[in-house]
Amino acid sequence: MRRVVVTGLGMVSPLACGVEPTWRRLLDGQSGAGTISRFDASHLATDYACEVPRGDGSDDTFDADAWMEPKEQRKVDDFILYGVAAADQAIADAGIGDASDEEKLDIGVMIGSGIGGLQSIAETAVMIKERGPRRVSPFFIPGALINLVSGQVSIKHGFKGPNHAVVTACSTGAHAIGDAARLIQLGDADVMVAGGTESPISEIGIAGFNACKALSTKHKDDPERASRPWDADRDGFVMGEGAGVVVLEDYDRAKARGAKIYAEVIGYGLSGDAHHITAPPPDHEGAERAMRAAVKRAGIDPSQIDYINAHGTSTMADTIEMGAVQRLLGDAAKNATMSSTKSSTGHLLGAAGAIEAIFSILAMRDQVAPPTLNLESPPEDAVIDLAPLKKVERKIDCVLSNSFGFGGTNAALIMRKVDA
Amino acid sequence: MSEGDIETRVRKIVVEHLGVEEEKVTENASFIDDLGADSLDTVELVMAFEEEFGIEIPDDAAETIQTFGDAVKFIKEAV
Repeated sequence: MRRVVVTGLGMVSPLACGVEPTWRRLLDGQSGAGTISRFDASHLATDYACEVPRGDGSDDTFDADAWMEPKEQRKVDDFILYGVAAADQAIADAGIGDASDEEKLDIGVMIGSGIGGLQSIAETAVMIKERGPRRVSPFFIPGALINLVSGQVSIKHGFKGPNHAVVTACSTGAHAIGDAARLIQLGDADVMVAGGTESPISEIGIAGFNACKALSTKHKDDPERASRPWDADRDGFVMGEGAGVVVLEDYDRAKARGAKIYAEVIGYGLSGDAHHITAPPPDHEGAERAMRAAVKRAGIDPSQIDYINAHGTSTMADTIEMGAVQRLLGDAAKNATMSSTKSSTGHLLGAAGAIEAIFSILAMRDQVAPPTLNLESPPEDAVIDLAPLKKVERKIDCVLSNSFGFGGTNAALIMRKVDA
Repeated sequence: MSEGDIETRVRKIVVEHLGVEEEKVTENASFIDDLGADSLDTVELVMAFEEEFGIEIPDDAAETIQTFGDAVKFIKEAV
């Protein structure tokens, strides 16, 4: 099968618009959390989240007008806006925008979302109730459908290869990158623009996850301290929003055109828990099987993994994941570093696996593991280094990124430096 | 409501929804052929006219509104 490498990165995150400014702030230990500014959330059990900083583009804020004309913005939900912006960045970074018409037949798009246009659906439902069905916009459906991110990107750039969208809750981003890599391996496409996007910070989104008892509720006065993976005082995840997109490319094609190669996707594993709609099994054997499948596909020994970007949402499941990772690594666990960047960005749901794959790639590029913020009381049975509070400079040649989703769906990605 | 007033308000809606320059919105300007609208845009335009003027434009009538002039004429008769 063909080798698949990453040649472009793009991101809209709660820390910044753009990959490099986000990465700088992540390493600097900054948090994207704050009191929700977009709507009055004071009546909800959780009134804080990690919102994308909107602005005029200065100080790395997200200027929507820079990515989509105002008249087009009205027609789409924010998850599409974020996805298109992240894809544009990745496409420009990879330098594939000027591909020939013939080449574009083999360039595909696979950008997923966990929930899609939740806010649009909620607003439209209220409007039908108040003003009747004739007021529904013709752009409501195409502005809320999950696969319309892939559709919009394909239309904008003329990419005529596979057009697909993954929907696996919080493992969407990782599944999208893994599945897209497979399409290249099997020859269905030469290049895939892949990732995830999400915009769940709305009254219905927060209320819904509050009802599942999934969100942190105890930090109204200090939101930046709310996302604390593995910490003894963790009380749920902090909602995030944004998008992560990568350009995946056939290795020979990338080499031939002299592309900048960030990393090679060498392993991808998937599994199902068959256990519960929202909770992992007590030993998370499903996650362990996904990781072992990725290791097997990569043809490496687990001890070769230097850095793990954990799913680590700041819920009870964190230590269950840690146990599964430590079983996978065995004695080598003491030599590896695992961190949860959700401590800084919050949980971007369907975009999480994509931005975290990007962070894992940058960890290899810069030989530094980003920190786990707010980890003041680590679990006693932690053998692995959890990068508490501060980044860890170290050798990183091979990385594992985990993502798990409601419904008991698991994805694990393994990447390494090319020719390392 | 004066006829000039209706024209001004219709033009404003067209400019806002289609993102075109005001000068291009002339009597015979076709929403689809001249102003860059697609079929969904025209549905939205008709909804905006209904909203602005408090009128109802049935689907068969909406299909006859192809140009800026058509829209102004229909609305003048309907209000």
